[in-house]
Amino acid sequence: MTPLEIDFGKQERVVGIDLGTTNSLGAYMDAAGHPSVIPGDDGDRLIPSVVTLTQKGEVVVGNKARAALIDESDRTVYSIKRLMGRGVADVQEELKLFPFRVAEGSESVIRIQLGDRTFTPPEISAFILRQLKKNAETFLGEAVTKAVVTVPAYFNDGQRQATKDAGRVAGLEVLRLVNEPTAAALAYGLDKRREGTVAVYDLGGGTFDISILKLHDGIFEVLANNGDTHLGGEDIDNRLIHIAVEDIHTEWSKDISHDGEAVQTLRRAVIEAKERLSFVPATNIELNYKGKHYQREITRELFEKLITDIVDRTLGPCRACIKDAGVTVEQIDEVVLVGGSTRIPMVRSAVETLFHAKPHTDLNPDEVVALGAAVQAGILSGTVENQLLLDVTPLSLGIETMGGVVSKLIHRNSTIPASATETFTTAVEGQRNVLIHVLQGERELAKDNRSLARFDLKDIDPLPAGMARIEVRFLIDANGILNVTARDARTGKEQSVEIKPSYGLTDEQVEAMISESIDRAEEDFNARQTAEARVEADRILAAVDKAKRNDAYLDLTDEERGDITKALNELLVVYHCDDHLLIRAKIDQLNHVTMKLAENMMNTAVSSALKGTKI
Amino acid sequence: MGSLPSTYYDFFGLEHRLDLDLRDLEKRFYTLSREHHPDRFSLKSREEQQYALDATAILNDGYRTLRDPLARAEYLLKENGFEIGEQSSKNIPPELLEEVFEVNRALEELRGGDESARQSLEDARNKFTGMRDAIDTELAENFREYDRSRERGVLEQIRGILNRRRYIRNLVNEVEKELTGAAA
Repeated sequence: MTPLEIDFGKQERVVGIDLGTTNSLGAYMDAAGHPSVIPGDDGDRLIPSVVTLTQKGEVVVGNKARAALIDESDRTVYSIKRLMGRGVADVQEELKLFPFRVAEGSESVIRIQLGDRTFTPPEISAFILRQLKKNAETFLGEAVTKAVVTVPAYFNDGQRQATKDAGRVAGLEVLRLVNEPTAAALAYGLDKRREGTVAVYDLGGGTFDISILKLHDGIFEVLANNGDTHLGGEDIDNRLIHIAVEDIHTEWSKDISHDGEAVQTLRRAVIEAKERLSFVPATNIELNYKGKHYQREITRELFEKLITDIVDRTLGPCRACIKDAGVTVEQIDEVVLVGGSTRIPMVRSAVETLFHAKPHTDLNPDEVVALGAAVQAGILSGTVENQLLLDVTPLSLGIETMGGVVSKLIHRNSTIPASATETFTTAVEGQRNVLIHVLQGERELAKDNRSLARFDLKDIDPLPAGMARIEVRFLIDANGILNVTARDARTGKEQSVEIKPSYGLTDEQVEAMISESIDRAEEDFNARQTAEARVEADRILAAVDKAKRNDAYLDLTDEERGDITKALNELLVVYHCDDHLLIRAKIDQLNHVTMKLAENMMNTAVSSALKGTKI
Repeated sequence: MGSLPSTYYDFFGLEHRLDLDLRDLEKRFYTLSREHHPDRFSLKSREEQQYALDATAILNDGYRTLRDPLARAEYLLKENGFEIGEQSSKNIPPELLEEVFEVNRALEELRGGDESARQSLEDARNKFTGMRDAIDTELAENFREYDRSRERGVLEQIRGILNRRRYIRNLVNEVEKELTGAAA
């Protein structure tokens, strides 16, 4: 950048990203101060959250990767969000329904096999984020390094941490994780309503969230959240797939459920049929596969029967959320719908019945979360003034005490940042360590809750039993992520704490992934530079070859012709090496020694052109 | 940046009173949130960010404590050197002995499959819920009394009421769980 290009009044760009189960997209605040979607390089606004590793070892994301789901299903992964921040034991149900290829030896951290390589869920999400970052940079014409990324409100600490890790690996500083329903409320600009209570019903591809917010003069105060991290449009798809697979089993006498290619083709067909059913009373599910044909009609009536229990499963969390928010249904002024599945008429009418209010649907439910993330990005970078989001933690935080019982320190639906301080002591004389087991969840027994981490208070001063006083501060930050610090209350000294996360990655592992991805980025960069240098070498080699047949070449001295031949051969020698700088140096040299030749040719051309005009 | 106020009351710029105007408290909460929230410091220095995080955590913890009359009373009792713990609420308040005995018997009968106990449990639940409401009125009166007199004796009285209330709350929860759980 030249000094002339520096604009001192420029605000640092922060983009908003909706990292979805099915689709992802980015948005930014445009010059007029409105949130606006950033299109992908193929012009599509939604980027399918699909990643494939090509035979050549290239990573491809989005529509092109989705095409590979059918032909190269063993090198392609989708719905990775379902595995973020989770352990192998957690995802057994998922593994039955989704063709994830979990690599051997995965335990607390899942690794997914793509071709001959394995990746953790945050690394795969990082590929998607990197694509969105690239799209944003191309579209905005500037480097993008900071982002607000959305997560389901009901994501626990581990899932949030995994999302943040993905950002780091992708080279994005995640300034804030925002809950998806809250982001949607921001996008709707509901602040225009100075006072009021709003419910956001968010049925996405893989997760369901319900949030109730209180609006007050630009402040969006979340009163309560509820949800289900295992409920979404893909469950509806699976119902339809199940039926079709059974039909096909009868008709073709063939069980296709273990044929990845067939199931993926069917999945596409089922999704299309599902989407049509939102607008027509009946449609066909059609599958053409390896010369065979399957077709069945599905009416909206049958469809609704099939999904009644799925829709009903969203209502329990809604009622609980209303109760936790301390409001009545009548007090809820507006309802906002988010997520593609809320296009289903049955979902809309269920929401309308429950909340006694006609839901807002003016914004595209697939885009509203990203738009809200852009608004939050504007708040963080200072371009959006007067608005402020006060969110809550969805799950209670506690520690394991005697008998495996949980003692709650921070209750769910507490506004974040939130903190709690507990004092710990030793049980035996001279004890140097105290282990604290931190959990998240609402159940009474530790074993029924989600284990977050074990914190090891180390190097405690040796004292008689019960004399040590270690004050531990548990702090949930604005991203909903736990931070723990400890100090010796007697000496005031900071107490060292070693964190052993129960799931997810240690800091070292994330660092290793970042450096690996930078190494690879460098490799990619070098490869591109070398390819470009070779293209240029081709151009000059062809030009010199042609010039040698020109009369002007004969006008050169022997020495001049010798220099050209030498430079030409040197370029040919380095042509196949991987060092683009060396190739460039030889190109420059060849350019230099052919300068006179080029001038002569120019003169000849001019003089013959002049001659031409005379005649 | 300076150091953070050491008590929730000081942070909110309030006198150490028990009877608070919740609307006023909310207004102060919003104003202080706008001032301290980490969102306003995300592109600032690490120190400023840390300060915003700490300040807002205290602000939020304080708001949670002060807006709830029971948590607020416990907080003020602690400030005045009273020991507050779940333990004290495990002792049955003497005036409730007889009723608690009845409830426990009914609970056992219902657990044993005797559905006829359901009615007496429902009666007990309604009775205890009514008692809880009466206690809340009594608490509110004592709050005003303390704010007026600032007498330690009133705080002692309040501590007793709080223990009784906590005991009743636990009892109501247990009965509720048994009634709905058995029905499901």
